[in-house]
Amino acid sequence: MADDPTLKLEAARAQPLWPRPPAWAVALGLAAGGFLIAYPAIFPSPFSLHLMIMIFLYALMAQSWNVMAGLSGQISLGHAMFFGIGAYAASVLFAKYGVSPWIGLLVGMAISALAAAAVGLPTLRLKGHYFAIATLLIGSGVQIVFSRWEWVGAASGLYIPIERTSPWLSFQFHGAKTPYYFLALGAAALGYLLVWHLRRTRFGFRLQAVRDEPEAAASLGVAVSGHKVLAFMLSGAMMSAAGTFYAQYVLVLDPERLFSLDISILVLLMTVLGGSGTLWGPALGAAILVPLSEYSRIWFGGTGRTVDLIVYGILIVLICMFRPRGLLSLIEDRLRRREGERA
Amino acid sequence: MSGEIILQAVVSGLLMGLIYALVAVGLSLIFGLMEIVNFAHGEFLMLAMFASFWLWALGGLDPLMSLPLVAAMLAGAGLLVHWGIIRHVLDAPMLAQVCATFGLAVALRAGAQFLWTPDFRVVADPLVAGRVQLGPIFIGQPQLVAGFVCLAAFVALWLFVTRTETGLALQATSQDRQAAAVMGIPTDRMSALGWAIGLGCVAVAGSMLSTFFYIFPDVGTNFALLAFVAVALGGFGSILGSLVAGVLIGLIESLGGLLISPSYKTLIVFALYLAVVLVRPKGLFGRF
Repeated sequence: MADDPTLKLEAARAQPLWPRPPAWAVALGLAAGGFLIAYPAIFPSPFSLHLMIMIFLYALMAQSWNVMAGLSGQISLGHAMFFGIGAYAASVLFAKYGVSPWIGLLVGMAISALAAAAVGLPTLRLKGHYFAIATLLIGSGVQIVFSRWEWVGAASGLYIPIERTSPWLSFQFHGAKTPYYFLALGAAALGYLLVWHLRRTRFGFRLQAVRDEPEAAASLGVAVSGHKVLAFMLSGAMMSAAGTFYAQYVLVLDPERLFSLDISILVLLMTVLGGSGTLWGPALGAAILVPLSEYSRIWFGGTGRTVDLIVYGILIVLICMFRPRGLLSLIEDRLRRREGERA
Repeated sequence: MSGEIILQAVVSGLLMGLIYALVAVGLSLIFGLMEIVNFAHGEFLMLAMFASFWLWALGGLDPLMSLPLVAAMLAGAGLLVHWGIIRHVLDAPMLAQVCATFGLAVALRAGAQFLWTPDFRVVADPLVAGRVQLGPIFIGQPQLVAGFVCLAAFVALWLFVTRTETGLALQATSQDRQAAAVMGIPTDRMSALGWAIGLGCVAVAGSMLSTFFYIFPDVGTNFALLAFVAVALGGFGSILGSLVAGVLIGLIESLGGLLISPSYKTLIVFALYLAVVLVRPKGLFGRF
């Protein structure tokens, strides 16, 4: 009777995949959520709102990179291309044809997903470094194209026309930062919810199998490169959404900035710093690095950028050498040790 | 379009290609030895160029004269990087390996920008200057010298790898690390040597480049991107492949710039990478 396979299956299904989060974690999560919703009322200054908007945005971007690197194990060094595509798609549609950026958001995500498929299909069936190099080359190639393309303003970029009649439709709130704050918070929350869900679906499990044991996964019938391509498309679409949002926030399209290698570097660094492959690692990385770079920009003025990049570069090297699983793994190890003591 | 212009483009593409090849061979060597892509390769090229520049600006040494010194400095840097960083991530997942060299690149580039500002600099009075006329075409003398020095470096590297015992040990390690270790080859020392030689090659290319090219913190990026294409085209780990691929890329870039559009010449080379990956991923001479 005990050997009845259907009963075993039922028992396995009934068992939760993860231990229920402890009460303190639930309380902490609720408190954090409440704090984030109340934040604009507590800190209404433009700078403190801007800081949080950038943290949310980068948390979303880093999470999109994490979908690729953390879940499928492939390293993209050109993620800025999707950011730029998202920014351009929505803004060009709005500036030239008056299409609402909300529709542009979807168009940008679709273009990014297609671009990801085009890059991923040939390179993702090979060893990982072919893909990493391809993304690096194509990321810089896309920047070259956009800074020469007259129709979208070439190197000088485009200004998004100011529209004052219907802020929610045109995605412009001008002086008011609070709507941007909640939109960014909502976008990031949606992104994290999506990835949280993804990690528990069959697709998510297959991806992690592809990352950890590609041969074993393939022998079990998982289409290895197909899954990687799908993950890359999803990742590109998420990054693109962040790009659309950013363009509507700053209202300027600058190919040098939107497609810059710095963005690709930052999303990588945030994820690796926090812990790639974890749900909250990218957010932790963004929450540490965004304030660091915003404040160093204030302290060092024009030269700040280079100073924070020096620190970042050294930080990545150190993390890779001593904590390849990221900062979150410190907490995780401690929790596990405590569980072990209790057991 | 006359034949002379095309011939001119072929010659200048060929000479530039030799420099690309020498940058690429270091990358290829390091990859062959330990399956690590050095994403900081371009930054080391930049450092070599700045070393040549400062030795000229402060010490009055022409880049041609300071070449051995710069090569020794960069070889030392190679040993240091291997000892300080690479050795610790050899068994780490690929993410850690990629991010380690990528992070090094970020720090070096930002450090150069901080120390030396993003200004463009030139070695104003190089020992060899001007140009020579060969029939209908003109060749810049610095480029010509650079081409010859790079070719000589290649010959030296080739002789070292194929004719000396250490070189053969290096090749053996590259072919099968475990088997080489079983045969008593100190594979760790071979990896360190690979880094020293790889960055030494970059130093030669950088020294030569500094006699006729602008020197600025971002200068390495584009050369490194081209070197990645060259390594993929030639085959990861192949020395001869890097030479052929580097020269080919020089030619394609030069002719593509002439026949299609100068502003898209880099794009043509990038497209070549995708073509290689699609059609023949192991490259011209590679062992996949």
